Amino acid sequence: MTPGSGLAKGLAVTLRTMTRRAVTQQYPEAQPSLPPRSRGVIGLFEENCTVCMLCARECPDWCIYIDSHKEAVPPAAPGGRERSRNVLDRFAIDFALCMYCGICVEVCPFDALFWSPEFEYAETDIRDLTHERDRLREWMWTVPEPPPPDDAAEEPKEVAAARRTAEKLAARQEGDA
Amino acid sequence: MDLLDALLRSGAVLLAFLVLPLLVGQAEHKVMAHMQGRVGPMHAGGFHGWAQLVADGVKFAQKEDIVPAGADRRIFQLAPAVALVPYLVVLIAIPIGPDGMVGQVLDAGIFFVLAVLGLGVLGSLMGGWASANKYSLLGGLRTAAQLMAYELPLLLAAASVAMAAGTLSLTGILGAFEWWWVPWQIIGAFVFFTAGMAELQRPPFDAPLAPEEIIFGAWTEYSGLRFALFLLAEYAGIVIVSALTAVLFLGGWHGPFPDQLGWLWMLLKTGALCFLVIWARVAWPRLRADQIQKFAWTVLVPLALAQIALTGIVKVVIS
Repeated sequence: MTPGSGLAKGLAVTLRTMTRRAVTQQYPEAQPSLPPRSRGVIGLFEENCTVCMLCARECPDWCIYIDSHKEAVPPAAPGGRERSRNVLDRFAIDFALCMYCGICVEVCPFDALFWSPEFEYAETDIRDLTHERDRLREWMWTVPEPPPPDDAAEEPKEVAAARRTAEKLAARQEGDA
Repeated sequence: MDLLDALLRSGAVLLAFLVLPLLVGQAEHKVMAHMQGRVGPMHAGGFHGWAQLVADGVKFAQKEDIVPAGADRRIFQLAPAVALVPYLVVLIAIPIGPDGMVGQVLDAGIFFVLAVLGLGVLGSLMGGWASANKYSLLGGLRTAAQLMAYELPLLLAAASVAMAAGTLSLTGILGAFEWWWVPWQIIGAFVFFTAGMAELQRPPFDAPLAPEEIIFGAWTEYSGLRFALFLLAEYAGIVIVSALTAVLFLGGWHGPFPDQLGWLWMLLKTGALCFLVIWARVAWPRLRADQIQKFAWTVLVPLALAQIALTGIVKVVIS
């Protein structure tokens, strides 16, 4: 380390940085490119919701509100018994309380909740941050396609099962022939 | 005719005094940002934030002008003017181009310029003493110590050029300039420019301000327009020191086609030196107050004396 080399290095680093493009993203003018798994907001695909309440119960800060009622479904065959079905009346998430832990998305057994990278939903009143099902549903359409699995990743279970069945069928056909 | 001429020259000097520091300030915003991988101001004025400093000025003008209760009122209020006005006066004597492109030709140009330049630092001293604030006082005392240490190398380096040219007049020096003066006086140039930066309290010599230790030194208690004047004085000082270095050591208006483009060469050299001042701020950390003293007395003063010796020897040999 010769004396003065640190000074020269400082000059070199700053000059090199100056000749490169700045890393700043001009946000309001240019939208940021967020990775597909960004935790922006939670979208609701309400057709999949069975009002099982798992999300509301697992939520660490109790920010999910669900109301529902039961409806009787007429018997499928004459002489059968009436079935009851849960109908969703209200599904709301208070994003003033939500801490974006994603437990509700993880815990949902019917794939009704999804992360969306949408993030521009600031409000001037904190009470307006409780978003009802219609708004959550709109966000559902902004949920990106999940990124393809890694090349070295294990095969998804559904694909593995389907492939095994197909192979079995093919083997049987060969055996028949 | 004479009066008109004087008015025109004064107007031109005033215009340069109001525009050039702002240009340097804007350049500092932008250069510093890009050296740190940012883009700097982008919105004020529309195109790449060109009006950022205008907006800052408007903001400062709107702010309340506060004088602390225990302050020495008169001195406190006078300090920003004392810091700023000397640079305006110096600008009158700096030649921009050949054939009288200068506010006023002075026979003892170097003498006048360096004497008035030293006055500017008094503003910080006055502010530091009059603020009735311990941080201001510390900053003021550091300023005083720095002034004591760096006036000497500044004067010695300038004296070397005066010896080489055989005149104290700035236009006279530029008239006698030859290209080989640049390598001949290169040590003096380094000493002069560095000492000038230290007089301005620019990083890495900004221990008198040192926001991380003593808030903002002598400027701590200032707000509004008076604070803006101090800032303007800093940037005017950058312009003055760069222009003086360009005149004394880099040949001012000399370059291809000096008759038509002399002012352009002068502006280019000044601009390049201003860039160096900004660059040093971004690249280097601050020196401690004692390191600043050590650097002046053990490096710059001996170098300046060596330069004077060299100038004397060469001068005797060639004459």
